[in-house]
Amino acid sequence: MSELDVTGLLGEISSRLKHYLQQRRIDKPLMIGIHTGGVWIAQRLHHDLKLEDPLGTLNIAFYRDDFTRIGVHPQVKPSRLPVTVENRHIILVDDVLQTGRTVRAALNEIFDYGRPASVALVVLVDRSGRELPIEPTITGMHLELDANQQIKLEGPEPFRLVRLEREIPAIKP
Amino acid sequence: MIQRDIQIDESGRLRHFLTTEGVKRQLLTEILDHAENFTAVGNRSIKKVPLLRGSTIANLFFEPSTRTRTTFELAAKRLSADVLNININSSATTKGESLLDMLRNLEAMHCDMFIVRHAQSGAAHFIARHVAPHIRVINAGDGSHAHPTQAMLDMFTIRRHKGAFADLRIAIVGDIMHSRVARSQIHALTTLGVQEVRVIGPQTLLPRKVENLGVHVYHDLPAGLADVDVIIMLRLQRERMTGALIPSEREYFELYGLTPEKLAFAKPDAIVMHPGPINRGVEISSEVADGPQSVILEQVSNGIAIRMAIMSIIMGNRFGDMGEQS
Repeated sequence: MSELDVTGLLGEISSRLKHYLQQRRIDKPLMIGIHTGGVWIAQRLHHDLKLEDPLGTLNIAFYRDDFTRIGVHPQVKPSRLPVTVENRHIILVDDVLQTGRTVRAALNEIFDYGRPASVALVVLVDRSGRELPIEPTITGMHLELDANQQIKLEGPEPFRLVRLEREIPAIKP
Repeated sequence: MIQRDIQIDESGRLRHFLTTEGVKRQLLTEILDHAENFTAVGNRSIKKVPLLRGSTIANLFFEPSTRTRTTFELAAKRLSADVLNININSSATTKGESLLDMLRNLEAMHCDMFIVRHAQSGAAHFIARHVAPHIRVINAGDGSHAHPTQAMLDMFTIRRHKGAFADLRIAIVGDIMHSRVARSQIHALTTLGVQEVRVIGPQTLLPRKVENLGVHVYHDLPAGLADVDVIIMLRLQRERMTGALIPSEREYFELYGLTPEKLAFAKPDAIVMHPGPINRGVEISSEVADGPQSVILEQVSNGIAIRMAIMSIIMGNRFGDMGEQS
């Protein structure tokens, strides 16, 4: 696959997000990025939309559903939600949406901080492989990939979407 | 008698946490890094994460403790575990049940982790050797041997205030002899690579050959405090003393009590720590304990985050094992 134009995609997401917010009459959304790629994307969008409230960041390690299988994850930066989420319209941002499990974990964590008025999901890439009924509100692009194909955002300077083929480990009985 | 690597599993990860002695720097740092993230959880309105939902943790306290037991209990609850507090003094051992029988019973209740506090050195190791393979054990203080979670919360407090360990001079003052906290701190500090660890106290309260642990010994408080970044005061443990190790509490305070005048010998930005409970007017004056350089209450808050980190790392390693097997 050739290199994807991430900057172009981000510009498109920005304008669609502005349109979405106008349509919904949301003038002060609260943006939250999921570590690590989602934070990079959110920083760009946060800047483009000139949002007043500081960007929130989520580290969903404590909410993952695979703890009982693989234990604690190597740690990235902690979650930081500088403003209360109570009654706020939230724009949740991630780089790649695949199974939906990360977003499920992020929603659980957000609700442990308070009760938002609404949550919209923005992803750079929506790829096939969903395991939960979670759909993005705004998507940069959609990709049909096989289970053994992976797409990964590298960055933040410059952004690069990398496609990897990996061997599927044999499923143990 | 104490088998040192019982706490490390085949993959080099923590199975139990019984002592800081012999634990590699990378594992200690991992605990501190995880604790940093758990600190953020304590600042939220809902101070709970679902990591240990469904696990059962038993606090086995054979020796009284308020702070340690409470922070372990809070840490477990903030990880969504179920907690049993078993106060052994008023429990079955007084009815003649053996320790091993009691452990079998707790295993039969499907407990996953034991937090053990005991007046006898080596008690947590003993229990770790005799529990069923799926049970994890954390030492919450055994005799004068080790108190590894206290040492780690102290390392965490130091790192939060001072950043890197390499340039630090640290003084541990007072009753080193009876202090499991001091032993665990010395092992952790030397592994983390601080520049210098000093122990300051009267000869009668220093263990013999304490220099072998890699520390510098001082008997004079002002001399020992010169240029230090961190001062750790220890409680005078009268309950563990047999015979007259100090002339009187008043004289001890004169010589080794931390007052503003003595504190002035340390670096101006030195922090003052104490594992608690503090004896005001015995090892520390109220002006210092409540003063701007004191981080004593912060240590208590940090104790929750560090215990959340240790419990989740250990339970996570256990789940990892079981995942591989299934």
